[in-house]
Amino acid sequence: MYRSHVLVCGGTGCTSSNSGAIIEALEKEIADKGLDKEIKVIKTGCFGLCALGPIMIVYPEGCFYSEVKVEDVPEIVEEHLLKGRIVTRLLYDETVVSEKEIKSLNETNFYKKQKRIALRNCGVIDPENIEEYIAYDGYQALAKCLTEMTPEDVIKVVKDSGLRGRGGGGFPTGMKWEFTSKNAADQKYVVCNADEGDPGAFMDRSVLEGDPHCIIEAMAICGYATGATEGYVYVRAEYPIAVQRLQIAIDQAREHGLLGKNIFGSGFDFDLFIRLGAGAFVCGEETALMTSIEGNRGEPRPRPPYPAVKGLFAKPTTENNVETFANIPQIILHGADFFKSMGTERSAGTKVFALGGKIKNTGLVEIPMGTTLREIIEDIGGGVPNGKKFKAAQTGGPSGGCIPASLMDTEIDYDNLTAIGCMMGSGGLIVMDEDNCMVDIAKFFLDFTVDESCGKCAPCRIGTKRLRELLEKVTDGKATMETLDEIEKLAHYIKENSLCGLGQTAPNPVLATLKFFKDEYIAHVVDKKCPAGVCKALLNYSIVADKCKGCTLCARKCPVGAISGSVKEVHTIDTTKCIKCGVCESNCKFGAIIKG
Amino acid sequence: MKTLEELLAIKAKAQANITTRESADGSADVTRIVVGMATCGIAAGARPVLNGFVDEVAKRNLKNVTVSQTGCIGMCQYEPIVEVFAPGKEKVTYIKMTPDKIARVVADHIVNGNPVTEYTVASLTE
Repeated sequence: MYRSHVLVCGGTGCTSSNSGAIIEALEKEIADKGLDKEIKVIKTGCFGLCALGPIMIVYPEGCFYSEVKVEDVPEIVEEHLLKGRIVTRLLYDETVVSEKEIKSLNETNFYKKQKRIALRNCGVIDPENIEEYIAYDGYQALAKCLTEMTPEDVIKVVKDSGLRGRGGGGFPTGMKWEFTSKNAADQKYVVCNADEGDPGAFMDRSVLEGDPHCIIEAMAICGYATGATEGYVYVRAEYPIAVQRLQIAIDQAREHGLLGKNIFGSGFDFDLFIRLGAGAFVCGEETALMTSIEGNRGEPRPRPPYPAVKGLFAKPTTENNVETFANIPQIILHGADFFKSMGTERSAGTKVFALGGKIKNTGLVEIPMGTTLREIIEDIGGGVPNGKKFKAAQTGGPSGGCIPASLMDTEIDYDNLTAIGCMMGSGGLIVMDEDNCMVDIAKFFLDFTVDESCGKCAPCRIGTKRLRELLEKVTDGKATMETLDEIEKLAHYIKENSLCGLGQTAPNPVLATLKFFKDEYIAHVVDKKCPAGVCKALLNYSIVADKCKGCTLCARKCPVGAISGSVKEVHTIDTTKCIKCGVCESNCKFGAIIKG
Repeated sequence: MKTLEELLAIKAKAQANITTRESADGSADVTRIVVGMATCGIAAGARPVLNGFVDEVAKRNLKNVTVSQTGCIGMCQYEPIVEVFAPGKEKVTYIKMTPDKIARVVADHIVNGNPVTEYTVASLTE
């Protein structure tokens, strides 16, 4: 027995802020002090509060240390682990009640409103140790399915739970399974889509890194329910930690006979393989993903036939996203009603969001469906930093839309978001404040889809490029009101005529910003101004004569010599030379330089 | 894995290793054994006492018991000092603890709920 467990986050966020070195230092220091028989160091998956990484939790006290540095390790070991004195200066300040008392992490604003189903083991267990997963009810759902339930029973529970696809589409998972189960074939497949490509999204990565066994268990359950004996996890090669931990987990499951032949003596065989994606966004589309697994160039194909009829290697296939699978073991163990009791009527359960952009608590959160955007951003996310005003939240990445401040009290679920012309998407939630130009944001996402269009169909390949050119006209101040009509027409054309989801959703960011922020577009077109001060072509810096003291600082800092004036005289900017870099504005001590 | 029993056996074994982590959420009825580990405590031999408690708790496979350490309790002449916080009970303070007293404290007090009065600080005044 270890009297104390030290959990250090080994997710991608904390790893990139050097948690690997912290673990090494910790193990060395503990061994040097001769405490290695009493104190166990565990590398976990993501805790969620990535903004405060690297994160460390010390049990049994439950101390939550944030922004830990390698240099802090000797103090933590000497003071806390040896002498039992908590290192107060490293505690997450929200957990400090008084000098004597700390409160549980689950009582802090960030965690209080969360409900962790898909992320239940993330940051709790050692993902590289199958026994810890088993200790937290792991593989018991699979055992229940194989020993007590028929495949029809399993499908019924999943259907009754109301679980819908978490990859963005929101298709009922149980129905998907039922379609595959009803198609007789000599071979069927289960595919897990872990090709998480939306900029700003990292939910699936965190699940794979923090709890890889739950995906294996869920896929085996899906295989049993649908009659498949082989599964593939298609994961991005850009997720090395996730790939490594998943492989370790697969190997452990095989060793324990939880993958392979005759699992739990039921006669059911199932095995699982990893396939790496080479970084093409389109491969997140289910038909392109399967084409890529088959060893071909990742291009989509028309549906129907749907994968349930003719999927991977032309056999019936069930394809679900990582987060969808992560919910399955809990649904089987606790029943459909348990899952339905959370969320809204038509969107049961919880949803994981990756919070990013202009928000204090960047990180990973899981909330019951029906939580309002305001609660996510203000309560859990800690609000917009630097006293700036919230403008909009972008959901669903390049396929999604945005929710403006006026709709902040919308309860987040599939149908409400669709109703306001937005979409749930996979769970990326990028927060924007008054300094973000919405036209520029639309252009950013379109840049992404132009790059990532596979080129197979013309509406997407040519259409998105033309659409971007029209947006450039707006941000360059060369557009007219007719351009806006053209943008809208072309956007709808691309949506209606593209072959796959990539093209069909690519214009969404443009349409959503046009809908909610038309005034910003009009400001660019009519007034030739960018209200947020982002679009450089429309920016002009000028010097307010009353405020200028003639200190010459701006003239000296200007990289292109566009500012002239002599000492103690009012300076002027030559707008033909100015490159709008903003150096003068940030250096002026008197606030004499304004943009607009 | 051929049977559910096999899985449950692994689970039971693995769960014993993670109780340390579950005690912090405040929901479980946890008995805390706290050993004074300041300089005075360590000098008086608190480390073998701490390790002894850890071993004893592990040997008996006790659930909902944690062993942790704290700073100077304030009565340095009576170190090693061990405090036991059982849910809903008054704190019990043991003084001048040695490894050979541990088995009895765990058996009588932690398991059966009867503090070993003769080892406690209260015995001084009697």
